[in-house]
Amino acid sequence: MMLRNICKYPRQFGQVIWPFSIPQGQHVPCLSTHLQKARYASATTERKKFYENVSISQGEGGLYEIILDQRKMKTPGGKLFTVPNEALAIAVATEWDIQKDSLKFYTMHLTTLCNTALDNPTQRTKKQIISAALKFLETDTICFRVEEPPGLVEVQRNEWDPVMNWIEQRYNVVIGTSTSILGPQIPEETKETFRQHLNSYNFWSLTGLDFMISQLKSLVLSFGLIDKHLSVEQAVLLSRLEEEYQIQQWGNVEWVHDYDMYELRARTAAGAMFVHLSSESAAVKRKILQE
Amino acid sequence: MAAVTSPLRACRGILKEIRIAKGSGYRNTLVYKHVLEQFRRNQVTGAQFCRARMDALHAARTYLCLLTSTRLHLRLHERYHAHGGDRALEQVAGLVGLRLPTQPGGKGWET
Repeated sequence: MMLRNICKYPRQFGQVIWPFSIPQGQHVPCLSTHLQKARYASATTERKKFYENVSISQGEGGLYEIILDQRKMKTPGGKLFTVPNEALAIAVATEWDIQKDSLKFYTMHLTTLCNTALDNPTQRTKKQIISAALKFLETDTICFRVEEPPGLVEVQRNEWDPVMNWIEQRYNVVIGTSTSILGPQIPEETKETFRQHLNSYNFWSLTGLDFMISQLKSLVLSFGLIDKHLSVEQAVLLSRLEEEYQIQQWGNVEWVHDYDMYELRARTAAGAMFVHLSSESAAVKRKILQE
Repeated sequence: MAAVTSPLRACRGILKEIRIAKGSGYRNTLVYKHVLEQFRRNQVTGAQFCRARMDALHAARTYLCLLTSTRLHLRLHERYHAHGGDRALEQVAGLVGLRLPTQPGGKGWET
């Protein structure tokens, strides 16, 4: 991929600082000193680490629980925190285990995803998540092409066309691209095909997929990641294609570009892992039936 | 970053991340044992191109990406976006490559 060389290039020569640009990135307020009764306070407040040991145990129904110093972890909604398989439980336990003196909830992506799936605070059904995902296809990043500058046009063609071809072939659908503001017209059959495919995923997997789509701003890329056609780094690169192109032109600013890139990678990786692990038990069943 | 295409590199990468995160007790953690067990289990198959093996490798690379990027993101966050109140003015200016001006005669409004 040509773009791999583009991306290696500016970072090799260290960061370029542009003193006149103001960072637009999000600012997390610094350590707040008051401890609140609620377990998580708010997503941005930090709490001190209140446990020493993290372990997992298998409870009723074969579901796994996380134990913090003999206390069972609960979701923000007050429910017992349970996950359907051991691998996901270990991964969540690790997120809590590697915290240092203060808990940084914004780094615990898997925990957040589990909490969303368990509490379902917006009370969405499978059908609603699928509809939202399909609606997103109309504004999928991969479908929107620029007409200038010619460098970016070419980069988009070289990097996004293969992914588009892959998904159209794999699912036998037509999506198409567009250079207008309105985007492509997605045919109903395409949506129907994807709808049927998404129906085969369980609620947890769909929660993860929904998260990935909102992070990558692309359903096509999310599918590429779940079907293991793309790696996380590749998917993130393709999602940030225009930014990477601009970085190559104008230089890299570590505290914005790298910061955003690592955050997107972390969230996307968590989403992908969450989907894989949540649909894992189904895959094992399928394999046993085949043998 | 070199492409992590082989299972050995992925495994080593994950174990290294665990070691960085946990320090000296990393061999006793659940995740260490789980990762080693998963890699051993997938090694047994003799097939050249085994679907389960590719899937496992993809999962390993995804987890490695998760661990690495959370660590680096946190590091950048601590370096640039945290400590809002208690940074000295010189440090703040230094973040964007500026230095505070020095006026030998003192600023005009100081007596």
